[in-house]
Amino acid sequence: MTYLSAIWDDLNLSARIGLGIVLFFTTCGIFAPWLAPYSESQIVGDVWEPLFGEFFFGTDQIGRDLLSRLIFGARNTMALAIVSTAVSFTAGAVLGFIAATMSGRVDQVLSRIVDVCISIPTLIASLIVLSAVGTATQTLILVIGIIYALPVFRIARAVAMDIEVMDYVEAARLRGEGLWWLMRKEILPNALTPLAAEFGVRFCFVFLLIASLSFLGLGLQPPLADWGAMVRGNADGIAWGFLHPIMPAACIALLTIGINLLIDRWVHKASGLRDDQ
Amino acid sequence: MSLDKEIKKLQSQVSANQMSRRTFMTSAMALGVGALAPGLYSEAAKAAPKKGGLYRVGLPAANTGDNFDTGTNSDNFMITVAQGAVRNCITEVTADGQAIPELAESLEPSADAATWVVKVRQGVTFHSGKTLDADDVIASIEHHRGEATDSAAKSVAESMGKIKKDGKNSIIFELESGNADFPFLLSDYHITIGPVGSDGKIDWHAGDGTGPYSLKNFEPGVRADLVRHPSYFKPDEGNFDEVKAIAINDVAARMNAMTTGQVDAIARCDLKTAHLLDSKPGISVLQIAGTKHYTYPMDVRLAPFDNNDVRLALKLGIDRDAFVNAVLRGYGALGNDHPIGTSQNYHASDLPQRKYDPEKAKWHLKQAGLSSLDVEMSASDAAFDGAVDATQLYAEALKAANINLTVKRASADGYWSNTWMKVPWSASYWSGRPTADWMFTIGWAAGGNWTETFWDNARFEELLVAGRAELDEAKRGDIYREMQSICRDQGGSVIPCFVNNVDAASDKLGRPDKLAGNFEMDGCRSIARWWFI
Amino acid sequence: MKNILIDIVLQRLVIGIFILFGVSILITLGVEALAGDVCSAILGQAAEPATVAACQAKLGLNDPMHVRYGNWLVNAIQGDFGTSLANNREVSEQIGKRLGNTLYLALTTAMFAVPIGILLGVIAALYRNSAIDHIISTTTLTTISSPEFFLAYILMAIFAVKLGWLPAISNVSPSMGFLERLQASALPVATLALITVAHMMRMTRASIVSLLASPYIEMAKLKGLTPGRIIIKHALPNAWSPIIQVVVLNLAYMVVGVVVIEVVFVYPGLGALIVDAVLNRDLPVIQATAMVFAAAYVLLFILADMLSMLANPRLRHRR
Repeated sequence: MTYLSAIWDDLNLSARIGLGIVLFFTTCGIFAPWLAPYSESQIVGDVWEPLFGEFFFGTDQIGRDLLSRLIFGARNTMALAIVSTAVSFTAGAVLGFIAATMSGRVDQVLSRIVDVCISIPTLIASLIVLSAVGTATQTLILVIGIIYALPVFRIARAVAMDIEVMDYVEAARLRGEGLWWLMRKEILPNALTPLAAEFGVRFCFVFLLIASLSFLGLGLQPPLADWGAMVRGNADGIAWGFLHPIMPAACIALLTIGINLLIDRWVHKASGLRDDQ
Repeated sequence: MSLDKEIKKLQSQVSANQMSRRTFMTSAMALGVGALAPGLYSEAAKAAPKKGGLYRVGLPAANTGDNFDTGTNSDNFMITVAQGAVRNCITEVTADGQAIPELAESLEPSADAATWVVKVRQGVTFHSGKTLDADDVIASIEHHRGEATDSAAKSVAESMGKIKKDGKNSIIFELESGNADFPFLLSDYHITIGPVGSDGKIDWHAGDGTGPYSLKNFEPGVRADLVRHPSYFKPDEGNFDEVKAIAINDVAARMNAMTTGQVDAIARCDLKTAHLLDSKPGISVLQIAGTKHYTYPMDVRLAPFDNNDVRLALKLGIDRDAFVNAVLRGYGALGNDHPIGTSQNYHASDLPQRKYDPEKAKWHLKQAGLSSLDVEMSASDAAFDGAVDATQLYAEALKAANINLTVKRASADGYWSNTWMKVPWSASYWSGRPTADWMFTIGWAAGGNWTETFWDNARFEELLVAGRAELDEAKRGDIYREMQSICRDQGGSVIPCFVNNVDAASDKLGRPDKLAGNFEMDGCRSIARWWFI
Repeated sequence: MKNILIDIVLQRLVIGIFILFGVSILITLGVEALAGDVCSAILGQAAEPATVAACQAKLGLNDPMHVRYGNWLVNAIQGDFGTSLANNREVSEQIGKRLGNTLYLALTTAMFAVPIGILLGVIAALYRNSAIDHIISTTTLTTISSPEFFLAYILMAIFAVKLGWLPAISNVSPSMGFLERLQASALPVATLALITVAHMMRMTRASIVSLLASPYIEMAKLKGLTPGRIIIKHALPNAWSPIIQVVVLNLAYMVVGVVVIEVVFVYPGLGALIVDAVLNRDLPVIQATAMVFAAAYVLLFILADMLSMLANPRLRHRR
């Protein structure tokens, strides 16, 4: 408990707001079936019932309760984002570290492969791959994970290159430590801060990629609610003054802001700046 | 809604032939403008075409792979530009659903309707200056026939039998069996007429034609700029000086372009917001009952769909009223599980309308020896706009009948080649055909390439052949009535609705009294038929 | 110094050619893995086995994949990208027009977005943790986290539908004059700018702030320099490298990543072309467009590295 309160004391106001936002959405996600007034798929009214009427946030494009879909959306969207970002960071960071520590031919081969893959635009790559393998949730996670692993690889490699030439790594090498030990004990701790900053941004990009994919008719399987697809499904109404698509978009924005406020604080701490600087 | 707007609405319904003179008068009385009514009615009903102006039209379903080989044209943009403006067919379908000669002067059947003599219209010139003759027509049809053709109209063109040239301007078609609807086949939008080259073939990509407009500039998937063909053979068509057909595939963008006046008309409105567009001053939303219908075809060869009780349970488990309301926002009519729409000839209006009845569905399940049922359906928005949402609506309704439907979203990309007719149950649509015979033949006949339910019903086959050659209208009507009832009660397709064509046009545009319903935008011919007031 | 630069550029160009080669192989394999081919895609619902087979024979799709790839490669090296399978038009002609539009959009956006992004980043760093910083950061986080079609619809609703200042669709054509074209493409430019300004602003701010704890900045502070002077004179020059990287990354995004914006605003650029080509399985068009994208990527990153080196001499001696 004291540990938790120590963390809390360490946070400034904006980081506390960020933590509040993240906790709020996490709670929504975990307890979705108990919190949501209706089920994810139930048709409860007409199309686009007004906001703050019978249904708190109105209904969506086929008459499902928007508030319930937002709550379930928190669960699906965040779970999908967490897992696929985790996949991309694990794959990207491990390969990036390997490339940096082993250097030479391994580095050359890995870097060139990544260069080639990264030169194909993300949306086109996902369009081709997802059209070929389908959009089951597992494949979606894997495809997004791999596509986003490419930039992570570059960052991880660049960061590790800087660390790799440090004296303490050299010393460990001379001691005869293995590759795995080097990566785990020396490189990872020192590379964590820049990678974390990247994680915050990438995490949110997953929502956006899914939103763009649903624009092209790919994305999560129905009736699973996800915020990106919900923006897409209701977006036609914007020009006519319907506020329904604003709600899921606001959720995405709010969560992005929350996560980045938290991570900004971490980066700030790690950079060695004092609070008044 | 203001009074002006109300009157305008009534007038537009008159123009669209959705309202009789009597109804118009009564409605006008109700608005308190009864004294003005006769004048208002005739103002709406007759307005003579005027020449001139630049017509900008926003069209959906354009693709960067579009081209002027009409054998591969399949959707609104290219049908409108190719068949509707640059070229002509041998016959055309009128607003009343009749096939009349277009590039033909006459079509004469033999007594058994198996031999047809088509006289080619004389004095028609292509944009390039060439004069139309029988060779052009024959080469144009032959393009869709034979081993080497990749035309979507292959089966239609091959049903035209032997084609013989009989002098410079006459062609004899010898069909294998009688077909009273033969003139309709010649109106197929794939079978447009181009100029034959020295090699006996037609250079489709050049985009030459006999139509009211010649092609000035064409960027596939972006735009087509057209200018009037000065020597067009129909004096009352081709009224605009110039036309810009603009490809706007995104429906929200299309609606916005219409609202902001960047285009004069759009095809295929967003149904959820069409009523709001309609309430804008100077814009009218046009809705015409058409032949387009959504279908949920089951593969009747496979369990559980091989059991007619299961099929009936699934047909009873869809809430058609909710479907038409939520998916079509009221812009459509209830389907009765057969493919002939209310606006069509031979529609069997005396067949009882099937309603949502979960209890009866359960009863049918019990007849099939089941207490509950788990089924899976693949859907994609490629099948029809909003198909994935619509199918979830269906799934919710089925729950009351103890049927658990899992909706699987299939990739829109490649939907027609990988999913439709490949999985046991999927979502699909038909733009419909102008005649009952054509629709039954292409979508329901046993062994057909597009018989999406794979069914084979002996009685249905017998009636199909009998109906085709039957020249007696009353007998024909009886035959088609029975066929509709067979589809309804034994067929493998759930047909929840018929979809209206919903387009929008500026009030500055003049339109014929009645719009054709075979495709959107006056049968995809707004460019040829409309004008500026 | 000059020689080193030229050497590095040449070396990177050679690598670039190998990257293009790799991309072309990946694309061929990827499209091959997709179900169906151009014939079944174009005929769609109307496809039947006989017509699909006739179409395949006509387009020469019956040759094995490596033969078709070999033919393509030989021709492509000679600068002939073939004709589109879907509409029989010259691929180079189709791409040429759209490439111009795409570059116009990217350059116009860059002209506004790059200076604004960097300026906002400097301001936010200068007044960090103040109200201005919070406003800038929150606004950019909001635009960065909105789906691009959503931003597009909102701008369209406000500026085209409500206010009527700008056209809703950007149907630009070659015959347009400069101002007319600028007005026609204002909304897609604004949408792209909103997204990219946010990225560039955040990176600028982060790289400057990360330097502020460095001893030499402390030193400058002890000398009594004003915060503005410290940032402009001392922090910014050393922060250029990551800023240039993110600027170039965004330029690349403006060239290759605008599919959705093109569709929404009906802007005839390369993005819509490649998406349609993928859906049509039109390999020559996909292949050529992907080459253009990959080449843009390679060239932009060579440019980025060059600029980084020029801006920061220490980098020249690494490796």
